[in-house]
Amino acid sequence: MVKLYTRPESLKQTEWHFCGGCGHGIVHRLVAEVIDELGMRENTVAVAPVGCAVIAYEYFNFDVTESPHGRPPAVATGMKRTLPDRLIFTYQGDGDLAAIGTAELVHAANRGEKITVIFVNNAVYGMTNGQMAPTTILSQRTETTPLGRDAERDGFPLRITEMLSVLPGVKFLARTAVHTPQDIAKTKKAIHDAFQVQLNNLGFSLVEVLSMCPTCWRVSPRESLEWVRNNMIPYYPLGRIKEPESEEEKVSVKKKSSIKKHIFKKKV
Amino acid sequence: MIADKKILTTGNEAIAEAAIQAGCRFYAGYPITPQNEICAYMAARMPEVGGTFIQSESEIAAINMVFGALVTGARAMTSSSSPGISLKQEGISYLAACQLPAVIVNVMRGGPGLGDIKPAQSDYFQATKGGGHGDYHLIVLAPATVQEAYNLTYEAFDIAAKYRNPVMILGDGILGQMMEPLIIKQMNPEEVNKRPELDYILNGCKGREPRVIRSLFLGEGELEEWNAKLQDKYRNLEIELNRAEEINVNDAELILIAYGSTFRICKAVMTQARRRGLRVGLIRPITLWPFPYATIKNISDRKRKILVVEMSSGQMVEDVRLAVAGEAKVYFTGRTGGGIPEEDKILDKIEEILK
Repeated sequence: MVKLYTRPESLKQTEWHFCGGCGHGIVHRLVAEVIDELGMRENTVAVAPVGCAVIAYEYFNFDVTESPHGRPPAVATGMKRTLPDRLIFTYQGDGDLAAIGTAELVHAANRGEKITVIFVNNAVYGMTNGQMAPTTILSQRTETTPLGRDAERDGFPLRITEMLSVLPGVKFLARTAVHTPQDIAKTKKAIHDAFQVQLNNLGFSLVEVLSMCPTCWRVSPRESLEWVRNNMIPYYPLGRIKEPESEEEKVSVKKKSSIKKHIFKKKV
Repeated sequence: MIADKKILTTGNEAIAEAAIQAGCRFYAGYPITPQNEICAYMAARMPEVGGTFIQSESEIAAINMVFGALVTGARAMTSSSSPGISLKQEGISYLAACQLPAVIVNVMRGGPGLGDIKPAQSDYFQATKGGGHGDYHLIVLAPATVQEAYNLTYEAFDIAAKYRNPVMILGDGILGQMMEPLIIKQMNPEEVNKRPELDYILNGCKGREPRVIRSLFLGEGELEEWNAKLQDKYRNLEIELNRAEEINVNDAELILIAYGSTFRICKAVMTQARRRGLRVGLIRPITLWPFPYATIKNISDRKRKILVVEMSSGQMVEDVRLAVAGEAKVYFTGRTGGGIPEEDKILDKIEEILK
């Protein structure tokens, strides 16, 4: 009998603490599946954020460090520079990445650090019960925007992935979502390609994943899927925002066979 | 083995070269006076030894890059001066909590706020009493000469590794900028190879269970248990590590207590006072945390006077009072804002106390 679906080796046998309908579990699983497929579980070190994914190390079955709030790209910089042959990625939410950690993100990207950022955007601070995030959309009600986000008072939702696209050190940017099976498949492909950009030593890569937070959006899990479609995607268009430019780079990312052939340079 | 080398150099450069010799292969820093020579030296020197130098976008990023490098088992350092060290406090608290062996250099300048760029010793409280949030301690070493800046920085990496605790080198603008002869002890490659393998680092879980480095403990009683372990380590450090230098204390009626550059001034004061027939001794704390309470307690009796001299409004003097516990009268004199205590004024103060 052929097993078609099983728990990835890169995920520990444990229960999620995430709320019902939350997208984090899906994104965790996709990251774990890709790392398994790349054969990188034993050569990966991840950086967990502060926020709902703070205990990512309880789920990922590989080495994980915590980091102060917003600092994962700086922590990952120190890790990648000392372990250049390992897969180093950060897993960050919108508050961690696009508010308190904006400087660390922008400068790691600008240095072209060969790290990957998995950026889960659910337009709200989930861990602290639903305050405005930098990515909260206009008129969205949160604990700190009780009458809805007002551009005049609160500023506009931050499209940080587009901001990063102008930096030469950034080699791969995609925005995907996890509210439909098709979008989940595209997210997995994007995560794979982002990791491949790192493994091919091309530069900085980031995948922004639009994700559901029914608890803090005060909607049902089913409604939250519609919420992503109706409220988030119009402001945060999905797609590949930046890909490696040269033909040679493109080929090396597209070529699936390159996954297994990746040879580790022994650190001297 | 390579022969030792004698050069004329600044405290800042001595600190940087000591780090290289001690096996530091990762440095991240941000420019700030009066410690810029450390950044510049590292920028030139790190590539020569196959290490990494990063000029970070902020002090916050620098300390977190060091955090990342330490997670992988590299020896790593950052340096700054007072306002920059304030920015690093969040990261320092995490390093202490995660027990990562960072070496952090503070070449102190005048404060508070932006202060000035002249020498000061007004970050004593910040260095020895916490600085960041939570119950933790840094090991704080206070060199007084360029040679000692080299020696203590070299040793700091081994101390940090031995205790899995961040170490701060607390210098000041005088020490950082001043040139003195320095004997560079060349690194013995055999010594480096003897270093034990670190059993906590993250470098990929090949052939072992995945590891986690964290300071978050949400379970009932978990954090208290973790903190108790940290406190056990600190109690042990208090026994094993406190150091001080004592000069002419046995017959002294008055004992000066000073560290770092102020110690050098007090040494000259002591010599002059002795010439005048005043029985003055001198104690220099070398470890500011753990503070050498016992050394000071031992010399405290009701017939003796103690004069603490600092380039601050009186910070270390509080630890001296704790050590003395009312057994001797404690006086203080100090200057701030880059003012350097003058020998004559200290002598006048001594004569006034002993009158």
